[in-house]
Amino acid sequence: MRLRDDEKAMLDGERGAARQKAMDLLVRYANALGCEEFVDVTNVAGVPGQASLFLEQQFGHSGGYDARYSLYDLDSDGVAAIPEPAVPHACHLQGGTDPEAWPVLGHKPELAAIGRTSDQAAAEHGIRVLKTCTPYLAGFEARRGEHCAWMESSAVVYCNSVLGARTNTEGRESTSAAMLTGKIPNFGLHLDDGRVGTHLIEVDHPTESVMDFGLLGYWIGEQVQERIPVVRGLPGPVDLVRHKHFGAAAASSGGTELYHIVGQTPEAPTAEAAFAGRTPREKIRYGAAERRLSWELLNQTGRSRDVDYVMLGCPHAAFEQLSEAAQLLDGRRIHANCALWIFTSRAVKARADAAGLTQAIRDAGGQLMTDTCSAIGQAVPPGTKVVALDSAKQAHYLPAIMNIEAWFGTTRDCIDAALTGRWGGVPP
Amino acid sequence: MSDAVVVLRGRAVIAGLAEGEALVSTETLSGWGGVDPRTGTVIETRHPLRGQSFRDKVLVFRGAKGSSGWSSMFHLCRLAGTAPRALVFNEMTTKIALGAVVMRIPAVTGLERDPLELVSTGDWVRVDGDRGLVEIRKRSPELAVPTSAFGAQDKV
Repeated sequence: MRLRDDEKAMLDGERGAARQKAMDLLVRYANALGCEEFVDVTNVAGVPGQASLFLEQQFGHSGGYDARYSLYDLDSDGVAAIPEPAVPHACHLQGGTDPEAWPVLGHKPELAAIGRTSDQAAAEHGIRVLKTCTPYLAGFEARRGEHCAWMESSAVVYCNSVLGARTNTEGRESTSAAMLTGKIPNFGLHLDDGRVGTHLIEVDHPTESVMDFGLLGYWIGEQVQERIPVVRGLPGPVDLVRHKHFGAAAASSGGTELYHIVGQTPEAPTAEAAFAGRTPREKIRYGAAERRLSWELLNQTGRSRDVDYVMLGCPHAAFEQLSEAAQLLDGRRIHANCALWIFTSRAVKARADAAGLTQAIRDAGGQLMTDTCSAIGQAVPPGTKVVALDSAKQAHYLPAIMNIEAWFGTTRDCIDAALTGRWGGVPP
Repeated sequence: MSDAVVVLRGRAVIAGLAEGEALVSTETLSGWGGVDPRTGTVIETRHPLRGQSFRDKVLVFRGAKGSSGWSSMFHLCRLAGTAPRALVFNEMTTKIALGAVVMRIPAVTGLERDPLELVSTGDWVRVDGDRGLVEIRKRSPELAVPTSAFGAQDKV
């Protein structure tokens, strides 16, 4: 590797043991990638030093935040005192439980307790503790062209595609190391050449609702895997919520980290610009049959139409989605045999509290929670066999993680299921 | 009679030497939400390896996909003692590179021929992460593929 002076200084331990360990991890990582240089990053989103019951068992005897951060995040064999981040913008993404509603999630008091100390340690170390997979809905954004190191696949794809900032899909270890060093391998999506579209997707079917965007994203991810789709044929402004569901879906079924929508996303004023004048490797049409196939993949675990649980908020709900849920509930109470949990960020919940939406959801018999979700927190209401979801990402993961059946449909289908205890969604 | 052996040359990703029985997937693999680190078992709903464990196997697969929790999930596998012994894969991404680093197991990619076509689950595979070599001994000699340019190495 070609190391610059500041990088050598860190690797030689001149900036302290923690930054030395962080540089060591980043050098091993860059070598594995076959990458010969680092790029300076100013904006890092990860889960630095986050506690879990398993890590507490493994490393608890070695100490708290410093031990977890050194031994796990930095993959080091010794513990160092962890300093404040070397980057101006560092945040903590989602976590394992809701700091207040953890009993609803069926979590142990120990988990809530280590979560609280973990959050506090991160905050004291200068990290913005946002506890969400949607930092961009909690005031943590990135500038166009800014080099970042983000984890959370749905946030990564949003950062690259919608904000036009530059990040690869980083992991816990690389983001924690980047926070301490301000460095990440100059690889993939940090390079102009790595951001050029590869596959042209011609959308030849009306795509309007959030569900439509989830179906399209899930199908595209399956087709292109980790390559870069350029989507043509989506008229009108695509709003934040649709981008959020589309990107999260594509990142789940494939490994999509960047997409371009012609006329919508910052690096795709035209298809030619998105392809940098090159010829697409493949042209793929998305029509009614492809949409139907995507729906079938997402609903393949659904058998019983008796729904025990409705989960909304994957990725974490935007204020507008909470407002929509409250409107659809329309003052009614959910069915006695069904639970409704909605997940969002602390920032959005504060706004929902102020606007009366949290109370409206509670009055209906539902619960608005923060920090986590059913997949991350591995928590569903007791006895759940069948869940209804409006998120393709959650429909991809939750049945496998919790061994339950899942239905995927519109937000309205989901609220109707919560009110009646029955799934009425139909194939498109 | 010794089994036929194929040696493929590729790019060393993580140094070290390990060998074991192959577990092969032509599909990419999710980490978070795709494996259970307590047992090293693949849990992803539509995955061909669903229900199978990679613990102590040489995992031969296309690459990583899905959540950015890939590295931390395989990192947990290492701590829980359920990690594979080595990795052989086709598609280099940040997820798999970081995951291989923190698993601290030999890994090789970029092989001269597609390992997904040459290796079957149950074959014996030796991964040399220092020199970037992968040695494949077919489980059943009658299924063996011809020895590569490294011809001399057909006795192990």
